[in-house]
Amino acid sequence: MVDTALAGSPALDRLAVGFVRVLRSSGLDVPVGSTVMFAEALGAVGCAQRDAVYWAGLTTLVRRPEDIDTYRDAFAAWWERTGSLSVVPVEEREVTLAFDVEGDDDDDDPAIDGEEQGPPSVQVRYSANEVLRQRDFADYTVEEFAEARRLMADLRFAGAMRESRRLRASRRDHGRPDLRRTVRRAIRNGGEPIDRAYTRHSQRPRRLVLLCDVSGSMETYARALVRFLHTAVAGRSRVEAFAIGTRLTRITRELSSRDPDIAIAAAARRVVDWSGGTRIGECLREFNDEWGVRGMARGAVVVILSDGWDRGEPEVLGEQMARLHRVAYKVVWVNPLKASPDYAPLARGMAAALPHVDEFIEGHSVASLEHLAAVVARDGGPVQRSRT
Amino acid sequence: METVDDVRAALAAHDYLADEGLATAIFLAMRLQRPLLLEGEAGVGKTEVAKVLSRWTGGELVRLQCYEGIDAAQAVYEWDYSRQLLHLRAVEAGGGEVVEDELYSERFLVKRPLLRAIGYEADALGATAPPVLLVDEVDRADDEFEAFLLEILSDYTVTVPELGTFHASTPPLVIVTSNRTRDVHDALKRRCLYHWIEHPDFERELAILRLRAPEVPERLARQVAAAVEELRALELYKPPGVAETLDWANALFALGQTEITEATVSVTLGTILKYREDQDRTRAHGLDALVRGSIERTG
Repeated sequence: MVDTALAGSPALDRLAVGFVRVLRSSGLDVPVGSTVMFAEALGAVGCAQRDAVYWAGLTTLVRRPEDIDTYRDAFAAWWERTGSLSVVPVEEREVTLAFDVEGDDDDDDPAIDGEEQGPPSVQVRYSANEVLRQRDFADYTVEEFAEARRLMADLRFAGAMRESRRLRASRRDHGRPDLRRTVRRAIRNGGEPIDRAYTRHSQRPRRLVLLCDVSGSMETYARALVRFLHTAVAGRSRVEAFAIGTRLTRITRELSSRDPDIAIAAAARRVVDWSGGTRIGECLREFNDEWGVRGMARGAVVVILSDGWDRGEPEVLGEQMARLHRVAYKVVWVNPLKASPDYAPLARGMAAALPHVDEFIEGHSVASLEHLAAVVARDGGPVQRSRT
Repeated sequence: METVDDVRAALAAHDYLADEGLATAIFLAMRLQRPLLLEGEAGVGKTEVAKVLSRWTGGELVRLQCYEGIDAAQAVYEWDYSRQLLHLRAVEAGGGEVVEDELYSERFLVKRPLLRAIGYEADALGATAPPVLLVDEVDRADDEFEAFLLEILSDYTVTVPELGTFHASTPPLVIVTSNRTRDVHDALKRRCLYHWIEHPDFERELAILRLRAPEVPERLARQVAAAVEELRALELYKPPGVAETLDWANALFALGQTEITEATVSVTLGTILKYREDQDRTRAHGLDALVRGSIERTG
């Protein structure tokens, strides 16, 4: 064993804690247990050699490949500063490493600030809701937005069901024999399996994957739609959410907090290309490569919330939609612009994507999102598969 | 096994070439007795790690392939119901009375991988090294199963209500692999050491080729490794893994080639690229350029 004397020593613990603090200030989430493990690892590999410490830290403190780059930078800076590890009273000074995130300030204020003077009429609550449910998100006032949030919080996704491989006890007298229960009952009957038990496959909801366009052209809708994403993610299991703009950002974890304000603030911090450009095709490619085709989209209901304005090549979008469609159970495209009466899918990206979409629906109001929830829950699979 | 380098040497002696990061992770997994979670692209050799550890330590390889709907009956233990029924009938036919305890004794217990890895001493197989438990593709199992796995990996104890508790005196060496089709739960990750396996660089891939396919001439092996490295830079849907590299080298060798040519690459492309789009992209990039580049690079 290397450095036996050092193992478990307070010096090593201080060292580990000091580095973890640097990592945390770089934005990495490091639980206490991992710090302890890191200190143990240092005891085992020693702390004299840079590479040994580097790898020991990587294997104990990092748990996602996305974090490896951050770790590498933080480690380099820290090692540079600490020099060698033998003498280390870790300073109390907080070190902030380059990992600035933008978009912190756009938490709650709704998109339209100019139109605050709504009609002063007093309506009964229910009918007000009715009006609001139909209203275009782009026309919302601040108060209406707050109300719409409450409405959206009531949305629930049932989710299309599919047969699971898990077996459940069945009450019926057919299906796969349940030997476990049959034996139990046979003991009661002196070893005679008269009373036979059966199992059946249980049902479980399909995974739901939501891809929300947060580019500039979607700005008036994105805030409302992110609320909607939060409702979906926090409301049931097996939901994944991504933001697409100039790049793909997974926001499932950020949105899974119960408190919508905390969740959306966290998601906004995570998405660095908020209200930027759109490269839907590229983002979809990234999604397909990193997540979708590997398994996340397989047999899942995939919902894309976007106006279809894509600055990339339409062929890329078409090809990626085709890939996605081949593995997904159902692909739904929600376009807020579709509600306008003279809308035609003229955006080249939209036109390229449409042949690979099972359901094309609007998403400009709470009512249309309720419709979306119903479409997602609908069983019986894709309606327009023949179009591919 | 004293240092990370010892681990590297031992793995190399058993035909697995690990880089320093992986060797450190394995060394720590053995030293700290923690499960090791391996992630990485398909075909980088995640499962192979468990196999080579078993060959090296001499511990039995116990493999649990995860799939959707896997539950305790398939992962931990199950009672042998048909034998229980037969026993019931036999006793009854002999005019005897069946005592329930009799049915739920170890002779009717079917041990599944997790119980075999933990209760291996009860097996008395004479093996001295603890088994190597491979929990393969854990992301395919449901999250409920993960919670269950976590419980077992935390204290290496399994309780069978009718029988009692099995506890591993020396914990098995646990390798968990995941393809990241979904996130493995944080609690499980916290319990584990973690390592992301990258595709090998040219030198290491060549070394792997020389080690695993020694009959392939060195010149061909160098060209194959160079070509694969270039293919990985082409932004393919599925960049070739080490397994594909080996397949390709073996295929070219089987065709009697001593170096790569455009024609032979063209007919063997299916051994490394398994998507039509990837093959199209590579052809559009130019097979002749690929071949020429690889030959020039390796001299």
